[in-house]
Amino acid sequence: MSEMIYQLKDLKVSFPDMSKKPLLGAAPRIDVLKGLTFDIPKGEVLGIVGGSGSGKSTLGRALIRLIEPDDGAILFEGTDITHLGEDRLRPLRRRFQMIFQDPMSSLNPRRRVGGIIAGPLKLQGLDNVKGRVDEALDMVGLPRSFASRYPHELSGGQRQRVGIARAIALKPDFILADEIVSGLDVSSQAQVLNLLESLVQDLGLTLAFISHDLSVIRRLCTRILVLYQGEIVENAETPALFADPKAAYTRTLLDAIPLPDPAQAWF
Amino acid sequence: MLDARGQIRRLPGVRLWLSGGWLALLVLAAIFAPLISPHDPLAQDLFAGRLPPVWEQGSDPAFLLGTDSLGRDVLSRMLYGARLALIVALVAGTLTCLIGATLGLIAGFFRGWADLIISRLIDIWMAFPPVLFAILLIAVIGTGLTSVIVAIVVIDWTRFARVVRAEAMSQGAMDYVASAQVAGRGRLGTAMTEILPNVLPTIVALLTLEMGIAIIVEAILSFVNLSISTDQPTWGGMIAEGRASIYQAWWVLVFPLFTLFLTVLSFSQFGEGLKEHFDPVLR
Repeated sequence: MSEMIYQLKDLKVSFPDMSKKPLLGAAPRIDVLKGLTFDIPKGEVLGIVGGSGSGKSTLGRALIRLIEPDDGAILFEGTDITHLGEDRLRPLRRRFQMIFQDPMSSLNPRRRVGGIIAGPLKLQGLDNVKGRVDEALDMVGLPRSFASRYPHELSGGQRQRVGIARAIALKPDFILADEIVSGLDVSSQAQVLNLLESLVQDLGLTLAFISHDLSVIRRLCTRILVLYQGEIVENAETPALFADPKAAYTRTLLDAIPLPDPAQAWF
Repeated sequence: MLDARGQIRRLPGVRLWLSGGWLALLVLAAIFAPLISPHDPLAQDLFAGRLPPVWEQGSDPAFLLGTDSLGRDVLSRMLYGARLALIVALVAGTLTCLIGATLGLIAGFFRGWADLIISRLIDIWMAFPPVLFAILLIAVIGTGLTSVIVAIVVIDWTRFARVVRAEAMSQGAMDYVASAQVAGRGRLGTAMTEILPNVLPTIVALLTLEMGIAIIVEAILSFVNLSISTDQPTWGGMIAEGRASIYQAWWVLVFPLFTLFLTVLSFSQFGEGLKEHFDPVLR
């Protein structure tokens, strides 16, 4: 029981379909997550994969309660956070953080890097904000002088490191990383992944890593959750999933990974 | 090698200095009008009517920019007119901005029923012809400085509300808003500390534009004699009076008109310049 950081029971999320809204009355709802049940043990690096529209980002946003689920339950370390109001969530927010896909959008362009990282620290009423900001910058491998820079003055990889620094500065137990390398070039991707890998080990983090790229997931994650149209089609340890995929959809995903040595038929 | 960013940088500087310089000159003229005016702006001298500016034939060096048909000094009237123009610009512009931007921010960021009400209100407001609306309003509440300011605020708040609403909506969809929520910031706090700083440059540019527009509206109202009482010299009033004698004394119309034009242009350019100056991305 205490080993689980998250427990999800029959989680359902739906959105109103405004394109089909009748002139009068409520819009019909689209079921995005159709009853997901799974646990995330402490210290696990969980990969969540699936195609566009499979509900992986929605699942992520429900986990950190940016979205309120319609039905089912989310337990964070035993506490039911499914329908908690923002006031009651606030003290818990320190413990689950998020790294966003596009740092250009997730870093306020009018704030300096130092202010961006300090924001959550001040909100949560922590002391020694300056020291914690410096520490976070050190951990993600950015010089401390970057605190006085604006996001647009940084490269894509550096920006994403700021996003990571903001999340880890609070010393959370759980971090959700939503497609955080998909906007980066291959070498920055590798650097950010290396960084994440070492942070997970050093800080004892539990990580949920959302991606559509199985080869990225394979490197980082201990367990993989495959989503297809709002349902879990496979939930297995990484080696098992790659060795013996059970679901047909997983096999399709695996086949889509580009191999280092492409077919000889190309010649 | 040519650095394109260096080229762009220079332009707002010039723009800011030129427009700011003219506005500063105007403010000084308005403050020190009693000290620097050569004549009493209301003193009439029917024997010195329609004197041309000094460089024309038959002028009187005592009246630099000539006199109107009642013999009042055009330059002195313009200096005193700057006072009213600036009061209207600052007070009406600021009030319009505060009311319009607040409603726009509420509608654009909090959405829901507040947006529904404010948006419908904007739609209804914009269906009225603004000048007729102002004339009607002043006819009901009476003329005077306060009435002019009230009329401008009541008519023009939609200009801010519309633009700020759209801007707040697009900023509200950015991930830094979600990120503030993840950090535990409340909705109101997010609006004030995350959204507002990003909408502020737009608001500032609109504010200075609105100050220019306020001066124009005052001039329009003066033109139909529904502005501030005729005892007090206003640029709009001078233009209206100058129109009657345009063939005999062009200077009565042209000088205040040109001043008005320069001032309104300066306000809008000053706003654009400020917007660029304070934008960290453009800077």
